[in-house]
Amino acid sequence: MSTIPTETVQPGKASLLYDPKIRGYVYQLALLAVVGFLLYSAASNAITNLRAQKIASGFGFWHNAAGFDVNQKLIPFSASGSTYGEAFYVGLLNTLLVASIGIVLSTFLGFFVGVARLSSNWVLSKLAMIYVEVIRNLPLLLQLFFWYNAVLKPLPNPRQSIELPAGALLNNRGLYLPDPQLGPGGSVIIWTFLIGIVASIIFRVWARKQQEATGKQYPVGWIALGLIVVLPFFVYLVTGRPISFVYPEIAGFNLRGGIQIFPEFVALLLGLTTYTAGFIAEVVRAGILAVSKGQTEAANALGLRAGPTLKLVVIPQAMRVIIPPLTSNYLNLTKNSSLAVAIGYPDLVQVFTGTVLNQTGQAVEVVAITMAVYLTISLVTSFFMNIYNKRMALVER
Amino acid sequence: MKKAVTSALVLASLALGAGVAQAQTGLLPQIKARGVVTCGTSPGLAGFAMPDAQGNYTGIDVDLCRALAAAIFNDPQKVKFVPLSSKDRFTALQAGEVDLLSRTTTWTLSRDTSLGLNFAGINYFDGQGFMVRKKLGIDSALKLAGASVCVAQGTTTELNLADFFRANKMKYEVVAFSSGDETIKAYESGRCDAFTTDSSGLYAERLKLQVPTDHIVLPEIISKEPLGPVVRHGDDNWLDVVKWTHNAMLNAEELGITKANVDEMLKSENPEIRRFVGTEGKFGEPMGLSNDWAYRIVKLVGNYGEVFEKNVGAGSPLKIARGQNALWTKGGLQYAPPIR
Repeated sequence: MSTIPTETVQPGKASLLYDPKIRGYVYQLALLAVVGFLLYSAASNAITNLRAQKIASGFGFWHNAAGFDVNQKLIPFSASGSTYGEAFYVGLLNTLLVASIGIVLSTFLGFFVGVARLSSNWVLSKLAMIYVEVIRNLPLLLQLFFWYNAVLKPLPNPRQSIELPAGALLNNRGLYLPDPQLGPGGSVIIWTFLIGIVASIIFRVWARKQQEATGKQYPVGWIALGLIVVLPFFVYLVTGRPISFVYPEIAGFNLRGGIQIFPEFVALLLGLTTYTAGFIAEVVRAGILAVSKGQTEAANALGLRAGPTLKLVVIPQAMRVIIPPLTSNYLNLTKNSSLAVAIGYPDLVQVFTGTVLNQTGQAVEVVAITMAVYLTISLVTSFFMNIYNKRMALVER
Repeated sequence: MKKAVTSALVLASLALGAGVAQAQTGLLPQIKARGVVTCGTSPGLAGFAMPDAQGNYTGIDVDLCRALAAAIFNDPQKVKFVPLSSKDRFTALQAGEVDLLSRTTTWTLSRDTSLGLNFAGINYFDGQGFMVRKKLGIDSALKLAGASVCVAQGTTTELNLADFFRANKMKYEVVAFSSGDETIKAYESGRCDAFTTDSSGLYAERLKLQVPTDHIVLPEIISKEPLGPVVRHGDDNWLDVVKWTHNAMLNAEELGITKANVDEMLKSENPEIRRFVGTEGKFGEPMGLSNDWAYRIVKLVGNYGEVFEKNVGAGSPLKIARGQNALWTKGGLQYAPPIR
């Protein structure tokens, strides 16, 4: 401080010591220094102690052979040759899979229940209320155990599999779906499907512009259905049905062939979806109630029916209230997916913080990586939700 | 959740320097001052560590801790048992939450060298096996190709399982759970064809099933699982105390010293027995114990054979044969260095 030239002090004022601005900087610097020192000493202490106790440290284990198996994997992984690093990705992808599907499903279910609770239909609104009150007030872990047993217990063993339409089989090892195999020329169908999606989006944008300009409405839903579903199916027939299916069949203890959907995954997804939907329903209800009654009355006065009133007038305004708490529910769902460990779903915590941690013994590194991953997932989710929030925010002129 | 807590605990303790401080002052004086041995043990494995309705633990692993308390305090009740899942146990020991682990822990190279731990002996020679339903009609683990296998994660069990199926070129599906209870429940509900763990554990878990006789343990033993007590690196004196407590129980059986006759043995002329019970020489003092330390162990807890028979052998519901766990003089592997 002594280096600061005295000219900066205005004549007639007290010394630098009493300048609130300078004092503020000094306090903030001191706080930063204390926090920095604490972090540094904790880290260096941990390293010294790890060395003193001859506990291995560092991230060298990442490339070591893992030597164990995981049942549900989205990337190739086997006991022969895969590394701990690959085990990490297997767990991470399983976490992202259940979290992303869970977010989509719980949003739909949550909006439905939230709107239903405000319905003028007495039975529907009471049912929605009971759903919300029951689901929200029971611990998620208990619900997961319930779903796991509810999914597992009534199902038969593989030899007595329940036969479902289209060659799918259901038993206590999971749901087995026919596995589609692309024959020659089959990729045309995939391309048609992708082009259909792009064309639908372009058409929707165009239709909206047209409506804003002329007021004319187009059947966007039907045309999108035609482009995305009917057209590829037509191509499938024209090209001579180049997609064949491998059907699951009983072989030994289990089934062979087909795509297996594991009961652990289904139980976790059901648990997370129904639980989070309970919270989202309340968020949606709060958002809708925040829109003043005058808006609905104005829409009714214009002759809009209940459906369009909700869709075009109420929900768009409610979204401004809904999005921020909705984001935190998405984050909760992602973090809650780590309870998978209790019912044997191989998510990041189960595979990485469980088996890998135990086999390598490197708790500090493994736990730090896992924390960093959840932090990253949460921050990325928040980032996109904030962008969406900005788009939905009230445009002030 | 417990795992997260202990992991946080190990991080915190490492960061705050608790581990090193303990190593410098020595654990035995601390335990004496504290008046109780904290012993990390199984949350409930029949024959090894199992609390009864009153919360009193019994089992072969439990008796090792009681023997330690007997040697240090002349009172086998001065033990605080900390139930640990297989996943939490090392973090709890590293963090100093327990003085030792006596918890069916397999002695392997990587655990001995990279976890900062020392194994103090082998109190049970075990091996991993499989349990299946009788109605499957199979008599060998080699017929398990294509099966779903339930396993508790966080143990060497997963590794052995993968090795076994790889070596025999068989496909299988692994379903891993974080706790043993969930694993056996999933097996019972039909999620898996087979359940795998150490064979001692198979017998113990089978007792928990609704109809134990509907299930059989297959004859194959697919791994070496020497189970023993574990301590932290950096305190050789405490390692000695644990090691020799176990050795004393083995020596007692070999010398024919039992809970019933140990008082008569005080008058024995046999020099080996005289050294054991402390009437000749000073063998306890260098460890920081009294000279009748071994006498106390046998008097209050019993010799290895007695402990085995009471907890897992003929005197228990498990009825496991001595097998590899017989003394070396009787064709088994249990062998202790002499006290002299």
